[in-house]
Amino acid sequence: METTLKGKAWVYGDNVDTDVIIPARYLVTSDERSLAAHCMEDIDETYAKGVSKGDVITAGNNFGCGSSREHAPIAIKGSGASCVIAKSFARIFYRNAINIGLPILECTETDRIAKGDLIEIDLTKGTITNRTKGETYHAKPFPEFLQSLIGLGGLVPYVRARLSE
Amino acid sequence: MAMTLAEAIIAKHTKDPVEAGSICRVSVDFAFTNDITGPPAIKEFRKMGAKKVFDPARCAILPDHFSPAKDIASAEQIKECREFAYEQDMLFWEVGRVGVEHAFLPENGLVLPGEIVLGADSHTCTHGAMGALATGVGSTDLAAAWALGETWLRVPETMKVSYEGTPSEWICGKDMILALIGRIGVEGARYMALEFHGEALEKLGLDDRFTLSNMAIEAGGKTGLINPDEKLLQYARERAARHFEPIFADKDAVYAGSLTIDVTDMEPQVAMPHLPENVKPVSEAAGTPVDQVFIGSCTNGRISDLRSAARILKGKKVHKKTRLMVIPASYEIYRQAMKEGLFDIFLDAGAAISTPSCGPCLGGHLGILAAGERCISTSNRNFVGRMGSPKSEVVLAGPMVAAASAVAGHICHPKEVMA
Repeated sequence: METTLKGKAWVYGDNVDTDVIIPARYLVTSDERSLAAHCMEDIDETYAKGVSKGDVITAGNNFGCGSSREHAPIAIKGSGASCVIAKSFARIFYRNAINIGLPILECTETDRIAKGDLIEIDLTKGTITNRTKGETYHAKPFPEFLQSLIGLGGLVPYVRARLSE
Repeated sequence: MAMTLAEAIIAKHTKDPVEAGSICRVSVDFAFTNDITGPPAIKEFRKMGAKKVFDPARCAILPDHFSPAKDIASAEQIKECREFAYEQDMLFWEVGRVGVEHAFLPENGLVLPGEIVLGADSHTCTHGAMGALATGVGSTDLAAAWALGETWLRVPETMKVSYEGTPSEWICGKDMILALIGRIGVEGARYMALEFHGEALEKLGLDDRFTLSNMAIEAGGKTGLINPDEKLLQYARERAARHFEPIFADKDAVYAGSLTIDVTDMEPQVAMPHLPENVKPVSEAAGTPVDQVFIGSCTNGRISDLRSAARILKGKKVHKKTRLMVIPASYEIYRQAMKEGLFDIFLDAGAAISTPSCGPCLGGHLGILAAGERCISTSNRNFVGRMGSPKSEVVLAGPMVAAASAVAGHICHPKEVMA
């Protein structure tokens, strides 16, 4: 996994639910590209067409609330976004993102980021640099167990290792 | 150390030290997916190099979301689930013998008190009413549980919610949980377990308890637990598919927070678009027109829900400009409703009755909304686009308010159509 990420910010508010990240009417497939084409469609029709590789989604509290559909982080990853930064995440989305290898960061200062700001992230240090505003924010570190899971590359390699024990 | 119910259940399933906030490796008693979350779980299971699920009698796939298959793509997803289930010799039921997962599994004694249960569906928290630590996960976590028979859990802090007082005849479990979500908000219990207590809870029937636990996730909760009582244990014993040992919270358990909700003067509650926390007493929403009414789902598709809707609808007609969809959550419920004559009441009123399915709840099928339409629904979510067009609206309510609104053609208190 790349540890330095760079892209422009797509800014959303509190309680972005998994129904708007990927509406259920598209859940007749779990293919990354098919899902990505409709990512965020119900709250932002410009996202799926306008997003560039490396871009960053920022949000307020409780990002990813609602359904357990792993299709939500899959759609975001498939859209080319490199990371989601939010004040807080709903718990199932949080696990799902880590499990599928979509970088997520908890940061209380997302209000300082405006749409289109150029954001640079150092995942190993947990720093978020806003190149447009010349500011640096700090992400909350992951618990030790999750750091080791992320280090292994997610849940699939972890289970693979456990099964071969 | 005195333990909450969540802590006590985790402690019986792990060798790790159990305290709120710590991460424990726990054994899993039952793990299931549905037809939407199944295919990605199967894909990840294969990527993990797993060959066999840990115990085929404790692993299941329930085709309930887009079933009976609503289109070719859904049929392909269900087919993939079916083929995997047969290959693994695990639990799978065809349409006609299944139901909405969170109604069907307890009916069939497949989720039991004291257990740890994972479901690749966020409303798995419903089974907290069985006294099981049941929680929703994504497909990869579920695949890992199928492969290993275990998972990792962060021991949740627990919020104790006590329902006190004596409610009016118009109050049901849905009003009680909406009142809580209105008070604490959609992330008021984020990462936490809810544990329900109080004299009003003790008097509540099991169906209403499932409704309470079902919507714990709508407050961000990991699960919504209820300590087993004799009523629940009798239900579990009659149906149990395997041996179980109930677990209880310690009397002197320490809670991260506690609050009391008095139901005595409570009015029926509704949650307005587009968040389950936008809760109001029904009188404040009265008169808002509705195009569609949906009575069903894992929240309110059980027999008591259908009985209370039928009580309102008996001898009345659904408003000319409104359509009413009734979807029993399982075939056991379907047959029972038919035997009791509830279908005659619904059909006489001009309702449509459909086969058990999640149906319109998540905008799948059997009642999708057009732009500008509004549905009052007994389901659990009213997010933008949840039931169809992103320009449609969903209002959440209990079955009595929903049935009354079907008759009136607008949101109304059930006592008004019964007068």
